[in-house]
Amino acid sequence: MEFFHEPKIDWMGIKWYFIALSLALAATGLISMVVKKGLAYGIDFRGGTVVTVKFAKAPNLDAIRSELDRQNLRGATIQRIGIPSEHEVIVGLDLKTTTSSEALDQGKRAIVTALSGLFGQWQAGKVDFNNSSPQTVSEHLLAADPLGLASKGIDTATKTYQDLAEALINYRNNPPRSGLISDLQELSSVPGVNAGVIATLRNDFFLSSFAVKNSEVVGPKVGKDLRQQAVYVTLAGLGAMLVYIWFRFELSYGVAAVVATFHDVIITLGFFSLLNKEITLTVIAALLTLVGYSMNDTIVVFDRIRENVRLNKRENIVDLINRSINQTLSRTILTSGLTFLAVVSLFLFGGEVIHGFSFALVVGVIIGTYSSIFIASPIVVSFQRRLAGSAAGTKSKNYSREAVPARR
Amino acid sequence: METKIRARAISIGVVIVVCILGIIGFPKNFQELKDNLRSRIRLGLDLKGGTHLVLQVHVEDAVNITADEMLERLKDELRAKNIPYADVQKADDTQAQPPKHRVVVKGVPQEKATDLQTLASEQFSDWDLSRMPGDVTSWMLSLKTTAAANIRNQALLQSMNTISNRVNQFGVTESTIAEYGQSDYELVVQLPGVDDPDRVKDIIQSTALLELKLVQDGPFSSRETALAAHGGVLPPDTQLLQGQTGQNGETWYVVNRVAAVTGRDLSGAEPSHDANGRPTVNFTLTRDGASRFGRVTGANVGKQLAIVLDNRVDTAPVIDNQITDRGEIRGSFTPQQVQDLALVLRTGALPASIETLSDEVVGPSLGADSIRHGVVACIVGFVAIMAFMLIYYRGAGVNADLALIMNLIILIAALGYFDAVLTLPGIAGVILTVGMGVDSNVLIFERIREELRLGKAVGAAVAGGFEHAFVTIIDTHVTTVCSAAILFTFGTGPIKGFAVTLTIGLLANLFTSVFVSRVIFDYVLSRREKGAELSI
Repeated sequence: MEFFHEPKIDWMGIKWYFIALSLALAATGLISMVVKKGLAYGIDFRGGTVVTVKFAKAPNLDAIRSELDRQNLRGATIQRIGIPSEHEVIVGLDLKTTTSSEALDQGKRAIVTALSGLFGQWQAGKVDFNNSSPQTVSEHLLAADPLGLASKGIDTATKTYQDLAEALINYRNNPPRSGLISDLQELSSVPGVNAGVIATLRNDFFLSSFAVKNSEVVGPKVGKDLRQQAVYVTLAGLGAMLVYIWFRFELSYGVAAVVATFHDVIITLGFFSLLNKEITLTVIAALLTLVGYSMNDTIVVFDRIRENVRLNKRENIVDLINRSINQTLSRTILTSGLTFLAVVSLFLFGGEVIHGFSFALVVGVIIGTYSSIFIASPIVVSFQRRLAGSAAGTKSKNYSREAVPARR
Repeated sequence: METKIRARAISIGVVIVVCILGIIGFPKNFQELKDNLRSRIRLGLDLKGGTHLVLQVHVEDAVNITADEMLERLKDELRAKNIPYADVQKADDTQAQPPKHRVVVKGVPQEKATDLQTLASEQFSDWDLSRMPGDVTSWMLSLKTTAAANIRNQALLQSMNTISNRVNQFGVTESTIAEYGQSDYELVVQLPGVDDPDRVKDIIQSTALLELKLVQDGPFSSRETALAAHGGVLPPDTQLLQGQTGQNGETWYVVNRVAAVTGRDLSGAEPSHDANGRPTVNFTLTRDGASRFGRVTGANVGKQLAIVLDNRVDTAPVIDNQITDRGEIRGSFTPQQVQDLALVLRTGALPASIETLSDEVVGPSLGADSIRHGVVACIVGFVAIMAFMLIYYRGAGVNADLALIMNLIILIAALGYFDAVLTLPGIAGVILTVGMGVDSNVLIFERIREELRLGKAVGAAVAGGFEHAFVTIIDTHVTTVCSAAILFTFGTGPIKGFAVTLTIGLLANLFTSVFVSRVIFDYVLSRREKGAELSI
């Protein structure tokens, strides 16, 4: 089987269309980053809220995840915690708020709303006792006044109901209930509770099968240091590659390969910004993989150019590069196609968690392959022409006749 | 020819067997096979869960240390500037929230007031100077709120760094550490399944403050006898520290308050043995530390030097001659304790003590469905690549697929060897590395096809294909290893882990695509009837 049989495409002839496309893509991405004030970093980088939820029965974590996804709370981490029979789960949410207390409230509310659909047995006009504060409970008691305290004055009544509500919530929160009761009748063992109080509670409250035990703010897993470090280290890595290619080929090849790789990373990041996708730790790993992939692809083409230059020193550099790209085209398409196959299967079937990782690579593999042909190769051509031009000392139209032999 | 192929085939077989044994060990039954797999291939927090710790960093410790240091410095400066004083004392308000740190200077003559004010504003800019009410000769320096907050935040950050270094050095990769709560100075640490969680907790929590201090007097059998020897009052700038409790009961030493060198001056710490074969920790000092240490030991030959760990005297050997850059910590240690002590000394002292608030087991952060999806996607990707190679290259596709499978086995064995922790994105990365590894095979096969097209004989075409493609493969691999080396040298944590996987993947790929594939080709060629075509 064979896809291409000795293709004869004039790649350098059509390069300007693609260079223009690259510039447009890079510019759009950069503008998007500027307008959106930088990239959207995920919970790994920004921190978020961690909410501990207790369930009456062992919860289905996948159901919770899909419900949270449906409510647009993407990228949540959901972990069972503690003794399995306690049915407790911690949910890490990535909330975009400025102040911590705002994040806490919002996190708690978001979880309660999201879980109500699944576990709430929602009842119209009633409040969930398992997720109520003493404040809410005492307000309801005061309004219904089951103990008939209205005659004793508002202050006494308020104080009594506040204390009672406090006691009820404490009863709910203490082990073995630990935040969750399954029947309001259980509360009758709290001192000061009579049938009237239970009736009021039954009238105003319902019991869901989950309770938010507490919520806390968490800081980023990846500090600013690591983010900066990733950038510096990648730049240093590109530098090392440049030196190696300089040593094995020529400086111009090294510059071309590094520019092409840089171009790939910028455009991929641009896509993340345009599509509002979050940068997580795994996306960083994907970007590092992309750097390796793109470099690999470029060097394969360069290697063929070097070989052809050695074999045929008098060939026009443009023809030579076209021929080299055509000769390696079959390999380029195959390798990219196969890598693309793997990445697309991760993207389509891999689920939410490796979505960012595979998305970066889906974009990266396409851009990385294309940049070897349309970015890296034209840079080599322009360098070689300039070199040949200055070597000849003239600016004749024929300057590219002499391709400069590459160093071994 | 035949024997050459056989020898190579045997060497490949050995590599495969070693790798497979590396992954599964020598299991006697199915259960053992499962256990071996579980202990060698560690799964990350996302796939298997682990330990969830909430730690309280007692950041006030760090502020106290700063205040203590300031107190000593203040006395020195007052003496140096010829400002007489009767007394300098700490007068902290520990009830306040957050605690207030104050130092009271008594008995400063009125004519020296301006000198004191200049000194405070020039040398102690983090402190506010004010007159004590009702006493013109007494002054109070209180640590500025912003400065104290700064010290607390620094202590928290430094604790995070130190803990993450310790955990990483212990070999627990892919752990997470983050700030927890609203400026409560709490940390949440999640560790993927480790063999000995208690040991890791000990390593995280040990303060590991090492100080080398000159002994003024001792050992004494109790605090009281030590004090009695000095008439109830310790000499200025000294302190009383407890030593090891041995057969003869407690030991107490009077040592200099200021350490000759501290853990900060260490350049390394390694587990070792003393002359009697007992486990010890050997440490080396930085150049700066060594020159200070040399000066102190040179001037005090014959005196005792206390090696103080977390405010307890470990040993107090006599200084035989000048010591510059190395030392030894002895004691009754087990080999494991020595290893852990060397580790915590290497990673530096914690700036504040740490308390575990909660310690719980957590399940995987990914649901069963997500894990299944991820794993299925990886398998689909891998199988798709293999199927395609078979269809496109037919006979040679089998060759490529064998190389791919071997590549995968070597990579997994190597990850197990390096104690790497596999997370779902990590598995995706492994599949991708192997998938990209197919590039080497494609390069070789395309080249062989080209050579065949040029009309070369099958044997020559295969040889030529490998030879030409080899140059390219070396260039692509070396370039990537170059950048991986940089990532490994200068990166930490996840970046380092990525570099290791990448490098192993590349090396395994080089072996399988260039060596293994070649042997398979040679074998096929040697069995081939003359003139038959090559299936590629």
